[in-house]
Amino acid sequence: MDPQLKIVIVDENPIRAAILEDGLREAGHVNVARIENRTGLLARIYAIDPDVILIDLENPSRDELEQMFQMSRAVKRPVAMFVDQSDTASIQASVDAGVSAYIVGNLQKDRIKTILDLCISRFNAFSRLQDELDRAKSALEERKVIDRAKGILMKAKNMSEEDAYALLRKTAMNEKKKIAEVAQSVIIASEMFK
Amino acid sequence: MTGEKLRIGFIPLADATALLVAVDKSFTAQEGLDVELVREVSWSNIRDKLNIGLFDAAHLIAPVAIASSLGLGHVKVPIIAPFGLAVNGNAITVSPALHAAIAGAAEGDISDPMVSARALARVIAARKTQGEEPLTFGMTFPFSTHNYHLRFWMAAGGVDPDEDIRMVVLPPPYMVESLQNKHVDAFCVGAPWNSVAVDLGIGHILHFVSEIFARAAEKFLGVRQRWADDNPDMLMRLIRAHRRAADFVEIVENRDEVAALLAAPNRIGVAADVIRRTLDGHLKVSPDGTYRDDPRYLLVGREGAARPDPRQAAWLYAQMVRWGQAPLAADMLKLAKAVCRPDLYDAALGTSDASSPAEPRDGIGAFAGPAFDPDDIEAHLAAFDIKREPV
Repeated sequence: MDPQLKIVIVDENPIRAAILEDGLREAGHVNVARIENRTGLLARIYAIDPDVILIDLENPSRDELEQMFQMSRAVKRPVAMFVDQSDTASIQASVDAGVSAYIVGNLQKDRIKTILDLCISRFNAFSRLQDELDRAKSALEERKVIDRAKGILMKAKNMSEEDAYALLRKTAMNEKKKIAEVAQSVIIASEMFK
Repeated sequence: MTGEKLRIGFIPLADATALLVAVDKSFTAQEGLDVELVREVSWSNIRDKLNIGLFDAAHLIAPVAIASSLGLGHVKVPIIAPFGLAVNGNAITVSPALHAAIAGAAEGDISDPMVSARALARVIAARKTQGEEPLTFGMTFPFSTHNYHLRFWMAAGGVDPDEDIRMVVLPPPYMVESLQNKHVDAFCVGAPWNSVAVDLGIGHILHFVSEIFARAAEKFLGVRQRWADDNPDMLMRLIRAHRRAADFVEIVENRDEVAALLAAPNRIGVAADVIRRTLDGHLKVSPDGTYRDDPRYLLVGREGAARPDPRQAAWLYAQMVRWGQAPLAADMLKLAKAVCRPDLYDAALGTSDASSPAEPRDGIGAFAGPAFDPDDIEAHLAAFDIKREPV
């Protein structure tokens, strides 16, 4: 581990970038910069003059970054992490996680292995977080829909909340549908009867 | 659905039509292939995922297949092209201001690429005298047809692309936005992005690439050499499915259906009528509503466009040498040519050498310079003044 390395994170997702930056700082890296905006990417990278560039694979700016390899006048040329094919497992893991690394200058690859491993685990942690958030969000949405449908049934059929829910559940079972789907149908139908 | 599972990557561009139609019209399914199309955001991603085997095949910008096989700029992974997805299809679009400047400096009709290139040289000279910033041209990748097409055109008029202007890489979907906010003055990109700029009133199509070259290989269906060796039967089926798709696309009556299919948000995601113009070679070139026609604007299955041509690979390699990306070496030329595999194409379809077009005679038909000689790159490049020192 080399705390003096200058690391740039290019990621348009500020939350993921922050998670990665935190991880790098926890590991002792103090020179970490983030670029979230695409505008003037190369100029900003030149200004920072990093040793390592980390970029997410959904980022269309990757091709722009690759142009740096070809600039004859650039003193330092970045090299993609994938150049060394000896470590296929780590390449696969990084592509699966959705991150790519570039090393600038003559830095030895093994010196950034720990950084790449950290990237992979943080990117994967972010995906899990995102999944959980999406699930929580859709659960909340479903809850809202079911509550509205219950209200409609209670009013229209003059029934208790408990009975309204039981009716939704029974119908869902009979129709082989999710309760939320049945609830959605109730809402649509009631709109039509207005 | 059952069948051999394949993952194929693509970039949202009209020159992916044969691939998208092959899958969406079930031509691949009828060959027993269960293809999952994966839309990507960068050529770097396509290349990496093809290289490490996450993709079985890819919609590949022709020079990337060659660079990968030669190990230029990246890891060396032999890639072959058993099918040509498109010949031509790019255009050069300029801002209204640059269009006016070129028209003002032109001695003749600027639809002639020599006239426009010389006019560009005058515009650049005038800007230098006035101490203005160099013009910026957008293209898609260091190893891209767009890079070489722009360079070939402007160098013919006396513009040195490394000294007189700036070249920047931009992802195709961001070209229009970059022209709009004046980050670039011009760009060379595939369809439909040129048309999108014209429709927004922020760009003029200056040239179709088909006006600069009679034939310029644009996109290949690329597979790893190793994958092809391991899956010969699947490869044959993949080629046949693509051939059927290319035939389907070239029947004019099918084009509304094709354009509607490509317009889907998970495919190209641009209005069907804009895509249709590209397929027909009937393009609005100016915000004032002027149209220009060129039936050769984009060749998908016609005129032997689908049969990979080793001369095209040699020409692309020659551009890499000319612009300092590759050393000149006989073995590299040989490797570059071997990327194009008309033999596999013929084996799958029962065609032969005779099915390749007779015109242009050198296979390229460039508007300037001597006829291309795929066997003597050095002598060919000697005819050009503007070039880089050999690397």
